[in-house]
Amino acid sequence: MLVNFSCAQNTKLSKKQTEILITNEKSEYEMELVFEDKNIIWAIEFFGDNSILATIKSGSLIHYKNGVKTKIKGLPEVYLRGQGGLMDIAFHPNFSDNKWLYFSYASQSNGEKGGNTTIARAKLIDNELKNLEILYNAEPNTRKGQHFGGRLEFDNENYLYFSIGDRGNREVNPQNINLDGGKIYRINDDGTIPKDNPFFNNLNAKKAIYSYGHRNPQGMFKHPETGQIWTNEHGPRGGDEINIIKKGKNYGWPKITYGINYSGTTITKNKSLPGMEQPLYYWIPSIAPSSFEYISSDIYPNWSGSLLAGALVLKYIERIELKNDRVISRTKIAENLGRPRDIKQGPDGYIYVSIEGKGVFKIIPKI
Amino acid sequence: MRIIYIFLIFPLSILSQNDSLSISIKNGKSLYEDFCVRCHMPNGKGQLGIIPPLAKSDFLFEHMEESIKALKYGGIDGEIIVNGVKYNSRMEKMGLYDDEIADIMNYTLNSWGNKYEKRIKEEDVKRIKK
Repeated sequence: MLVNFSCAQNTKLSKKQTEILITNEKSEYEMELVFEDKNIIWAIEFFGDNSILATIKSGSLIHYKNGVKTKIKGLPEVYLRGQGGLMDIAFHPNFSDNKWLYFSYASQSNGEKGGNTTIARAKLIDNELKNLEILYNAEPNTRKGQHFGGRLEFDNENYLYFSIGDRGNREVNPQNINLDGGKIYRINDDGTIPKDNPFFNNLNAKKAIYSYGHRNPQGMFKHPETGQIWTNEHGPRGGDEINIIKKGKNYGWPKITYGINYSGTTITKNKSLPGMEQPLYYWIPSIAPSSFEYISSDIYPNWSGSLLAGALVLKYIERIELKNDRVISRTKIAENLGRPRDIKQGPDGYIYVSIEGKGVFKIIPKI
Repeated sequence: MRIIYIFLIFPLSILSQNDSLSISIKNGKSLYEDFCVRCHMPNGKGQLGIIPPLAKSDFLFEHMEESIKALKYGGIDGEIIVNGVKYNSRMEKMGLYDDEIADIMNYTLNSWGNKYEKRIKEEDVKRIKK
C-alpha cells in the first residue's frame, strides 16, 4: 500500500519564503479622517451608499452617514472581557432584499460563569435590529480574556465562515474537533450546518467546524478570483500566520508553530508535521494581525491584488504583494497613526481603516 | 470530637494577612498572564515610550488610586510620565471583577523588584469611582 504525503504541504517553509524584509511604501498617499471616535471600532462595513456601519467593542453599533452618527438599537447584551466584546459584522450577500445583518460577540448566554464567542443575525431595519437569531454559541463559557477570534465572511455560495480562537486553552481546544475554540467554522446563512461540512458525519464532532488547529484568527477575506477564504491569525511570540482555509484541514496549533511563548520558552520544537498544513506565510517577530483585506480597486497605482493586514502591536498597515501565492514584498502604510483594528475596501474603491481610539480613516492616493 | 474541632478551625485561624496576600498574588499572576502580559510584558518592563513599565514604576506607587481606576474603567486619559519617560497610549477596559483587580494590583506591587506590604482588597477597589 502506498501512503502519499504531499511534501509541499508537510515540510516546513524555507527561510527564503518568509524572510522578506518590510520596507516603507513608495507610493504617496494621505490618511483622511472620515469620523472621529474615542472607542475601539472593531469592525467596519459599508452600505451601498458608502455610509458606514461600525461596531464598538464595548458593545454598541453605529451607523455613520453624512456627518451624523446614529446608534443602532436592539443589540443583545455583550460580555466585555479582555479581548472579547462586540466584534465583527457582515451583511448577507442579498442584504438589500432580506436585511439580514450577521454579527459576532462575546456573550454569557448559556448561563455558566464567563463567556464565549457567539454568532447571531438580525434584520437591520431603520437603524434597529429585529428578529434576533442566535446562530452559534461556542461552549463552554470561560472567564479567560483571550482569543475570541470573531471574524465573519460569506463565500460565493452564501456560506458564512467565522473564526473562534483557542480561548486561552491551547492544550485542550484547537486539536480536538469535539470541542469549540481554535477553529474556522462554516454554516448556512440560516445557521443550519451544511451536510457536506468535513465532520458532519462524525458523531461527537462540532459539526460546524470547517478547519482546526488555529490559535486566534482575526483577519479574513474572500479572494475575489478564487472564492477561497483567506485568514491571518495571531501567533504567540512570533509565528503569526497567513492561511488559505481548506476543508477539514489541521493548521497545527499548538503541535506546530513558528512562534514561542511570551516568556521566551519553547512551545514545541516542531515547525512541521505530517498531516498538518504549513502557513502560506508567517511573521517573526509578530505584528499582531487584526484584520485582512484584498485590494481589488485600481484607485491606487500598483496596489491592486495586494493584501492589507493591520499590525496592532507595531501600529502600521502592511501591504503584502504576492506572486503565485507566495509573498514577494511587504511595505508599511499609515505608520504610527495607531492600532489598526479593521481594514475594508469601500464600494467607492477607497480603502478605509479603523484606528483604535481615533476613528475611521480613508487612504487617498496622491497621484 | 475535640480533635476534629481543632482540625477544622486551625487552617482558618492561621490564614494571616501574609497568607491571604500570597494567595492574591498567585491569582494575580495568572490574571496578569491573561490580560496584561502582551503589552506590559512578562518582566513588567512595558515597552519604552509606548507601554509604561510596572516594574519599579514611580507612577504606580505614587498614583495607586489612579492605577486601580485605570484597571477598573479602562486606561488613563492623557499623557503620564513614568520613570522620567512620557507615555500616552490607550489601555482598554478589560471587564475585570473587583476581586480580580485587587489580585492583579497585589501581583504587580510585589513582582519584578516591587514590594508593597499592604494587601489591596476587593473593598478597596469597590470604593474607587470614576
